[in-house]
Amino acid sequence: MSDRIFSFSIYCISLIVVAAFVWIISDVVLKGYSLVSWDFIVSEPEDAGRGGGIAPILVSTLWVLLIALVIALPLGIATAIWLAEFSRSNTGAVHIGTALDVLAGVPSIVYGLFGNAFFCIYLGLGYSILSGGLTLACMILPVFIRTCESGIRAVNSDWRLGGIALGMRRSVVVWKILLPAAKPAIIAGLVLSIGRATAETAALIFTSGYVDRMPESMFDSARVLAVHIYDLTMNVTGGDQAAYGSALILIVLIIVLNALAQSLLDSWFRRSEYS
Amino acid sequence: MLSKASYTQLGSKLDVVVSVVLSVLSFLCAALLCLILWFLISESWTLIASGQWQRFFLDEGWYPLEGLYAMTPMIVASLALTLGAVLIALPIGLACAIYLEFYARGLPKKAFRSLLNLLAGIPSVVFGLWGLTELVPLIAAIKAPGTSVLAGAIVLSLMILPTVALTSAAALSGVNRNTLAGAHALGFTQKTMIIAVAIPSARSGIISGVLLSTARAIGETMVVLMVAGNVVQMPDSLFAPVRALTSNIALEMAYALGDHRASLYASGLLLTLIVWLLAYLASYLNEKSRVFARV
Repeated sequence: MSDRIFSFSIYCISLIVVAAFVWIISDVVLKGYSLVSWDFIVSEPEDAGRGGGIAPILVSTLWVLLIALVIALPLGIATAIWLAEFSRSNTGAVHIGTALDVLAGVPSIVYGLFGNAFFCIYLGLGYSILSGGLTLACMILPVFIRTCESGIRAVNSDWRLGGIALGMRRSVVVWKILLPAAKPAIIAGLVLSIGRATAETAALIFTSGYVDRMPESMFDSARVLAVHIYDLTMNVTGGDQAAYGSALILIVLIIVLNALAQSLLDSWFRRSEYS
Repeated sequence: MLSKASYTQLGSKLDVVVSVVLSVLSFLCAALLCLILWFLISESWTLIASGQWQRFFLDEGWYPLEGLYAMTPMIVASLALTLGAVLIALPIGLACAIYLEFYARGLPKKAFRSLLNLLAGIPSVVFGLWGLTELVPLIAAIKAPGTSVLAGAIVLSLMILPTVALTSAAALSGVNRNTLAGAHALGFTQKTMIIAVAIPSARSGIISGVLLSTARAIGETMVVLMVAGNVVQMPDSLFAPVRALTSNIALEMAYALGDHRASLYASGLLLTLIVWLLAYLASYLNEKSRVFARV
């Protein structure tokens, strides 16, 4: 009998979790849906964001994300390759690995403090898209590196030896065999990074700032979507409706970007397979 | 069998160049850690160096404009919020993990797993928005003002739930199948097998997942900033509005100068140290559980 009660409560709790999830998602979709239209996406915010749209905010979000990825992707893949394939003196690699794990645990608000002190003030970039993007790059690097590294390490050793036996150079083996084989891990790392970077708020409040005008260059201060949602909810009375619209756009944006990243990487790897 | 040493020998000039360039880039990435630590310490140095750090615990309150920097209420608030979140998320997450590993089959199992993954992908600011507009009014109906330790703990627990559930499920699936079969053969019911055999064997994996999510909860800013109320005070009940360390940084960075700014960097340093300690414990336990699994 008590066995049945136990099973019953396990099913109940799982159902409650499903219900909570449905509650959150339906809340955002239902309250956001009425507001979202093409006009909302392409017009400027009015009245502190209560009316109008989110065009400049969307543009700023994409700029900040682009800068973060342009910096973090090459650097991350390079480090992952070195850690997995070239690091012969193992102590150095172990230390770097530990440093990355430690970095992965640093709270995002602390990245914000660091970004403010280093990029905004020390390097003199001020509150700008560039400061925000660089801060985010620092934040997503450790997780991205670790995911790619484990993917490259997991490639079957026979493939490496096969490549060497055919007289390929080590770097060619990495480029032509290992990276395409590690594609799923690289995509997973990219998806994780895009999700974290697009959703990030705390690290950006005092690096890229609050200004909701259309950015004219990388050195302009700009407001990203997540900060916009925060500002509408907390500092603008009557901003809830617009906040829900922006929240819906943010979630859809993350999904679209992930799909895009996946198909881009797919086609890039397909080309390198046949060349 | 080709040895690792002979494989790692670099063939050509190109390989040497590539290796050197990559190693320089890797060291740059690792140097980021030193850079972050350096800036945290140097920005808060004026307060740490002169022994004034004791004031974080001894001052009479948090009145930065009058030069009083007592962080104790905020440290206690952070700990209370985190503890509450873990207390809610642990039993629920464990139940989800048991459902995934022992009850669900086929499509429901797949669907539930991806639901947990989706939950993990919802931006924290959206959790905050939902908490503030849906959950807080419900709590306010019981006792005003609604923004409180309880609201913060509930929303935080939803945020860390996927981590607790998925790491626990991984730990449970790592339990030796023969052990479970043995329990069945001894006539244990499903319930006894799970509670008395599976969970104790997966203990360190589960605890390590909980520690990781504790670290995440204590470092989380947006949720506590939006639903916990932001009043600097010692929490005296579940319904008291409080301000956590992280939300304090987010609220005051915009106008902090001098010692005030230094105190915010010091609280950032403190947060980082707490999180590292938790992450270290988690990885230690994880290592231990792997050793056990091998035996």
